[in-house]
Amino acid sequence: MRLVYIIPLAVFATVAAAFGVGLTLKPNIVPSALIDKPVPEFTLAGLPGAEVELAEGFSSADLRGRVSIVNVFASWCFPCRIEHPLLMRLARNPKVRIFGLNYKDRPEDARAWLKELGNPYHRIGVDREGRIAIDWGVYGVPETFIIDAGGRIRYKHVGPITPSDLDEIIVPIIDRLSE
Amino acid sequence: MTRKRRRLYFVLFAMIGLGAATALVLGAIEDSLVFFYTPTDLAEKDIPTDRRMRIGGLVAENSVKRAADGLSVNFIVTDLTNTLPVTYKGILPDLFREGQGVVAEGKIDAGGVFRADAVLAKHDENYMPAEVAEALKKSGQWKGPGEGSTGEGNAGAMIAEIGHYALLLALGLAIAQGVLPLWGAGRDDPKLMAVGPVAATGQFAFLIIAFASLIYLYVVSDFSVENVAQNSHSAKPLLYKISGVWSNHEGSMVLWVLILALFGAMVAIFGTNLPPGLRARVLAVQGWIGVAFLTFILFTSNPFLRLSPVPADGNGLNPLLQDPGLAFHPPFLYLGYVGFSVAFSFAIAALIEGRVDPAWARWVRPWTLAAWCALTLGIALGSWWAYYELGWGGFWFWDPVENSSFMPWLSGTALLHSAIVLERRDALKSWTILLAITTFVLSLIGTFLVRSGVLTSVHTFASDPARGLFILLILIVAAGGSLALFATRAPKFKAGGLFAPISREGALVLNNLLLVTACATVFLGTLYPLFLDALDLGKVSVGAPYFNATFIPIMTPLVVAMAVGPMLAWKRGDIKGVIGRLKFALIVGVIVTLGTWYAMGGDVLAAAGIGLAAWLVLGALMEFAGRIKLFRVPLAASLARLKNLPRSAFGMTIAHAALGIVVAGITASSAWQTEKILVMTKGASVELAGYSFVFAGVEEAEGPNYTVKRGTFEVTLDGRDVARLTTERRFYPVRNMTTTEAAIHTTWFADLYAVVGDADGKGGWTVRLYHNPLVPWIWVGAVLMALGGLVSLTDRRHRVGAPARTRKTAARTKPPGGGARPATA
Repeated sequence: MRLVYIIPLAVFATVAAAFGVGLTLKPNIVPSALIDKPVPEFTLAGLPGAEVELAEGFSSADLRGRVSIVNVFASWCFPCRIEHPLLMRLARNPKVRIFGLNYKDRPEDARAWLKELGNPYHRIGVDREGRIAIDWGVYGVPETFIIDAGGRIRYKHVGPITPSDLDEIIVPIIDRLSE
Repeated sequence: MTRKRRRLYFVLFAMIGLGAATALVLGAIEDSLVFFYTPTDLAEKDIPTDRRMRIGGLVAENSVKRAADGLSVNFIVTDLTNTLPVTYKGILPDLFREGQGVVAEGKIDAGGVFRADAVLAKHDENYMPAEVAEALKKSGQWKGPGEGSTGEGNAGAMIAEIGHYALLLALGLAIAQGVLPLWGAGRDDPKLMAVGPVAATGQFAFLIIAFASLIYLYVVSDFSVENVAQNSHSAKPLLYKISGVWSNHEGSMVLWVLILALFGAMVAIFGTNLPPGLRARVLAVQGWIGVAFLTFILFTSNPFLRLSPVPADGNGLNPLLQDPGLAFHPPFLYLGYVGFSVAFSFAIAALIEGRVDPAWARWVRPWTLAAWCALTLGIALGSWWAYYELGWGGFWFWDPVENSSFMPWLSGTALLHSAIVLERRDALKSWTILLAITTFVLSLIGTFLVRSGVLTSVHTFASDPARGLFILLILIVAAGGSLALFATRAPKFKAGGLFAPISREGALVLNNLLLVTACATVFLGTLYPLFLDALDLGKVSVGAPYFNATFIPIMTPLVVAMAVGPMLAWKRGDIKGVIGRLKFALIVGVIVTLGTWYAMGGDVLAAAGIGLAAWLVLGALMEFAGRIKLFRVPLAASLARLKNLPRSAFGMTIAHAALGIVVAGITASSAWQTEKILVMTKGASVELAGYSFVFAGVEEAEGPNYTVKRGTFEVTLDGRDVARLTTERRFYPVRNMTTTEAAIHTTWFADLYAVVGDADGKGGWTVRLYHNPLVPWIWVGAVLMALGGLVSLTDRRHRVGAPARTRKTAARTKPPGGGARPATA
C-alpha cells in the first residue's frame, strides 16, 4: 500500500522526462529542403536611389566563386534590427561577402534603414513581392543562408543571429568553406 | 462497513472507472490521431491516403485561385521539392498568404487533390527574438539598466532603473521570506516567524513599484526599453499600451509574480487566525515560489533591459491581441493559476508538520475558491475572445494553451469538493493534499507548455528553449520535491471518518474520480504529440474529436450525479428517497429531451444533453427548495429558513445550476449551429435559420493604427428589422497583419454572427454567416458559476473566527434540528 504514494512522483518523473526531450526538439522549424543544393536561379533588381553598388542588384551567378551569405531582411522587421550590428561585424570578415535580400519592403524605408544603421551588404536585391524568397524557402524574416564557392546552399539560419550563433556556427562554417 | 471493505469498494470503483476511461482514450485516440506530412513524405513514402492527415509547407506563389463558385480556393503547397494541390471551401485565415507557411487538415481524394476542411496559417513573418536579449547583452550591444544611461538624465531611464531595482529588492525579501520563517517554525521562534508577514507585504510593495514602472514606460512609449520597443507603438490606443504590458512574455511574468506576492501578502494580512507555525511555513513556501520566478525574470526575461540605439518607433503589439477581451483575460487567468499556489503552500506546510485536519481544510478552502472563481472567469473571457475575434464561430478549440488553463480548473474543482469531505468528515486527507499539489503543478506545467515552445499553438508567446529549461527546472524542483515529500509523509496520516459508498462523501468521491479522470484524458491528449515526438514516432496532432469523444462521456455521469449528490445525507445516504424527491426533475428532463428532439431533430444525444441540463438546473433548485422546506411549511417559515441558510448553500445552488446553463449552451451551439458560406454582392440577400440577411456592401475607413474594410448586413425576421451587423477586417501596417472582427447580434437565445472575407474581384465578397443557438448561455453560465463561488466565499465560516484546531470539528456534521444540512458548495 505504501507504493501507492510513490505513483504521483513516478508519473511526474515520466512527464518531466518527456518535457526534457521535448525541449531539445524544435517543432516550429521545418528543415530546409535546399541544404546542399545549388542556389535557385534568379535575378534581382537593386535598391533604386542608393549608392552605385547597391543600385545594381545581384543574381545567382554572383553567388559563385566565393563564399557568400544571403541575408533576408526588411525594415519593418524588428528582429532584423537586433541582428544588424552582427552583420556589420561580419562584413569586416574578408572571407565572405554579404548579399541582402530586401523582403517585401518599400525602397525608401530600406534606404532610411541603411542610412540609420549602416550598410553591411556587398549588394542588395529588392524582392518587393517576395517571389524570389519563395524559391529560397523563406518562411519569415530574418533568415540567413551560407553559400559555398560552388554556389551551393550549405547552411540556413532561421530568426535573428545571436553573437554565439555568429562565433560558434556561422564563422566556423565560413572558415571551413574557405579552405 | 469495515475500513478494509470500504477501501476495497473504493479501489474496485476506481479500477472500473480507470478501465472505462482507458478504453475511451484508446478508442478515441486511434480515431482522431492526425499525422503530419510534407508533400515529399506523400510523394516518396507509402502513406495510406484514406485517413485524415495534416500537411504542411509553403503556399506556392501565384497558385492561389478561386474556383468558379467563388467560394472554394485552390492552391498548391510546396516544400520546394514536391508539391501538392489543395482545395478548401471557406474563408482563409487572416495570416494566409502566398509564400507563407501553411498547415492544412483534411483528406486526399481519388484525384490526388488534398481536400482541406481546416487551414491554419503559421507565422507572422517576423521571427520574434527569443534568446537574443540575454546573449546580446553579454556582447555589450545592449545595455542593462544603469549601464547606458549615464548623463542622459531622461525620466524613462530612471523609471526603468527603479523598476529593475524593485525587482531585485523583491527577490531579496522573497529569500528572507523563504528562509527565516521556516527556520523559526522549526525552532518555534516567534521573532523569526514574524519576518514572514513583513517580508511578504514588503515583497508585494516592491513588485507594485516594478509593475507600475513598467506600465509607465509603456504609457509614455519609452522605446529605449527593449520590451516596450518590441511590443508597443506610439500610435496605439492607451488601453492597449497598458494591456501591452502583460501581452508579452516578460511583462506577463512580472504580472505573474505580482499576483503571487499579492496572495502572499493576503495570507500575511488575513492569516492572523492561523497557528503561527502553519502561517510561517505557508509564507515560506510562497516565498520560495517567488524566489524561483523572480530569478527566472531577472536572468532570462528582464523587461527593463535597455536598447541602444533607441529606435524611432516600436514594433507594435500583435494586432490579434489588441482587443478588450484579450486585454483582460490574462490577469484573471493568472489570479487563478497563481491563486492555487496558496493551496499548494498549505499542502506543503501540512506535509512538513505531518498534520492534516478539518481546520486545515477550512483554512485552505477560501483561497482555493477565490482562485477558482478567477480562473473560471479567465477561461470564460478567453473563450469569448476566441469566439468573436478569431472569426471561426467556435468558442473552444482544445488548443494546448486552452487545455493548459482548463486542466488546473478541473483539478481545482476536484480540490474544492474533496476539501469539503476533509472539513466535514476528516477523511480523504492524502488525496486532498495530492490534489492541492497537482492543481498548482498543472498551473506550472501550463506555464511551461505556453512559454517553452514544446507544443505549437495559436497563442504561444515567443518561445525559447532556454526559458523552457529554466521553467522545467522550477517545475522539477517544485513538483518533484513536493511529490517526494508526499510519498514519505502522506502514508503516516491517520485515516479519518467512515462512510458508505452511497452517501454525500461517496458522491463527492465520485465527483473527484470523474473530474480527475477527465483532467487526465485532457492531459494525455494535450501531451500525446509531445510524447510521440520525444520517442521519435512521428509528428502528430490530437484533434477536437479525441477530446469530445473522451471528455463528454466522462462529464455526463458527473452532471447526472450532480443533482443527486447534494441531497444525499452524510455517512449513509438514501438513494431511493433522493430519486423519489427528484422525480419531478427526472420527468421534466425526459420531457425536455423528447420535446427538443421533436422540435430540432438531429441527434438524439444532443437532445438528451439539453434534457440533462434541465435535470441539473431543476435538481439544484429543488435541493435548495428542500433546504428551506418550500411549500412544506408555511411561506413565512420558509423565508425564515432562507435567512438562516449559510451563504455557501446559495453559492452551491448558483454554481451547480449555472453549470446546467453552460451544458445547455455548449450542447445547443455544437449540435444546431447553422452556417452559410457564400459570395454576396451588394444588395443580395440570403436566408439563415429564418432570418433574412441583406448585404449592404463594404466600405473602407481609417482606425487609430489600422485601415479597415467594414461590411454591413441588414437582418430582418418576417419583415421586421432585427439588427444591423457590422463586421471589420483590419489591416495593421506596422505588423503587416490583418485581423477579423466578427459582427455579432445576440437575442440571448441565439447569436447571429457574420464575417466578411476577401473580395472576388467581380464585386462580390466571400461571406460567412452563422446562427449559433444558446451560445450566450455558455458565458452567462460561466459568469454565474464564478458568482456562485464568490457568494460561497462570503460565507461567515470563512470570515468569522479562527476555527479551533480540535478533533471536535468533525462533530459539526449533524447540526441540531436535522433541517438545513450543512452547506457544501
